Amino acid sequence: MAAAGVVAAPLRPGRAWTAAYDIRLALPLGAFFLVFFLAPLALLVLVSFYADPGMTRFGLDQYARFLLDPFSLRVLGATLWLGVEVTALTLLLGLPLALLLTWAPGRLRGLLTLIVLLPLLTSVVVRTFAWIVILGRQGIVNAGLLALGLTDTPLKLLYTEGGLVLALAQVQMPLMVLPLVTALSRIDPNLADASAALGAGAWRTFLRVTLPLCLPGIVAGCLLTFAAAITAFITQSLIGGGQMLFMPMYLYQQASSLNNWPFAAAIAIVFLVAVLACVTLLNLVGRLSRGRAQA
Amino acid sequence: MRTRLRRDVDWFSFHGTVLLLAGLCLVLLAAPTVIVVVVSFTSGFSLRFPPPGYSLRWYAALAEAEQLRAAAWNSLVVAGWTTLLSVVLGTAAALAIARSPRLSARLLDSLFLSPLVLPALAFGLAALMLFSLAGIPVSPLTLILGHTVVCVPFVVRTTVAALSQMDPVLLESSTSLGASRLTTFRRVTLPLIRPGILAGGFIAFMASFDNVPVSLFLRDAATDMLPIRMWQDLEGRLDVTVAAASSLLILATVVLAVVMERAAGLSRRMAG
Repeated sequence: MAAAGVVAAPLRPGRAWTAAYDIRLALPLGAFFLVFFLAPLALLVLVSFYADPGMTRFGLDQYARFLLDPFSLRVLGATLWLGVEVTALTLLLGLPLALLLTWAPGRLRGLLTLIVLLPLLTSVVVRTFAWIVILGRQGIVNAGLLALGLTDTPLKLLYTEGGLVLALAQVQMPLMVLPLVTALSRIDPNLADASAALGAGAWRTFLRVTLPLCLPGIVAGCLLTFAAAITAFITQSLIGGGQMLFMPMYLYQQASSLNNWPFAAAIAIVFLVAVLACVTLLNLVGRLSRGRAQA
Repeated sequence: MRTRLRRDVDWFSFHGTVLLLAGLCLVLLAAPTVIVVVVSFTSGFSLRFPPPGYSLRWYAALAEAEQLRAAAWNSLVVAGWTTLLSVVLGTAAALAIARSPRLSARLLDSLFLSPLVLPALAFGLAALMLFSLAGIPVSPLTLILGHTVVCVPFVVRTTVAALSQMDPVLLESSTSLGASRLTTFRRVTLPLIRPGILAGGFIAFMASFDNVPVSLFLRDAATDMLPIRMWQDLEGRLDVTVAAASSLLILATVVLAVVMERAAGLSRRMAG
């Protein structure tokens, strides 16, 4: 029997590994997702088409209510804009750090990687809590400003959009830096040397060689950061406070305090579509840039 | 001479800018963690930094904080079961879809990873609707089911990555040496992908332990979860006990992460 196996194996090369395991092994998770992921999402769509909170008749009333209401549209706009601001700040600070990481020798690189990873491994509540300590009236920023005589009274930093963008940038930074490091370390170092040998300066080499080649990494990082920043419910509510309302909190208020499930479902669907549209758009940009990087 | 000078200015301005921004970024990344740990040792009653004096009083207070302890236990139990379910379902699915060129495998891959980009709060609400329609009351069980949906993608992702890095020649030689499929799986495949499964399981555990959006909808009033408890404590009053709890969480995470780094090369797998 064993001998037959030895003879048989070379007769069908590759077959043993391209389909090494039966596709049916995916059935348990597939069934699990059908019942606990796809069915709930279908139900969410269905509930959003109820016209009244009592869920007695169907209609597009909830969507009309959202899309014709300036307040709801402002919440959606503010949420997407917040994502753009946070993504821009993480890119501005994350790209230099990613560059530094690729330059650093072994041991230092390990230490820097740990610093980048730490926020990702710390509880979101803990990370957000730290920013309350920093930005609060008795916080470190205000203490410094008072000590330097730059201000007489403590500044209001917590519950402002600037404070929120800064806190979210820290919370989401690893999601930007990690794909950037991956993309940068794939670039052939000879290319930068060649660029320098041909007379290009450091800035020119960065702008014309490094930046275009790591565009796929930039797109991947922006995608993750953007999606995480606009859905970061905890940070938004703790640092933003009650005055600033964003989509996740809007959804939660309607569903939980007001018990208006159809409207909450419509908010969720509008939010889902907006997120998917942004992700698809960024993905498209990424595919185009990858094509250019290879050409 | 002039071009030489210009090159130097160019070189220094570029590297100086990168160093400055990267330094700012490192401070931004590390400062909050450091400050929370320092503040947790304050002798005062407020979150002032730097603290007026140092003591262990808030750690002593933590030992008596029954609510936080009960919440931490609930979170641990839910995260444990979620991780177990995620590893079993996720590894089997990863074996089925990794390296397969079939369209069905590619579609399943996208499906299994999609909870990563969808707003978790929307899924939480949807799951609550399903359970109430089916007449199932929310309980720790519904929590575990909901958490598994949002945590299993991590296991699928790291295990698929480990499988696609595996050299197929190893499987062929194992088969041609007469090993059965089960033996090949146990003796060749499993040891090679174990680090990937471990890393995915670790991330899934952390994601479940830290989850708020799904827990908000799927827990019953009697089941208090740690991140929600801490969040509500923070919204009510700025309590230093939370700083002590946070510091303990940071310590536990760092220890776990270092162990995982040794066992599974965690940082490499998270970057992928």
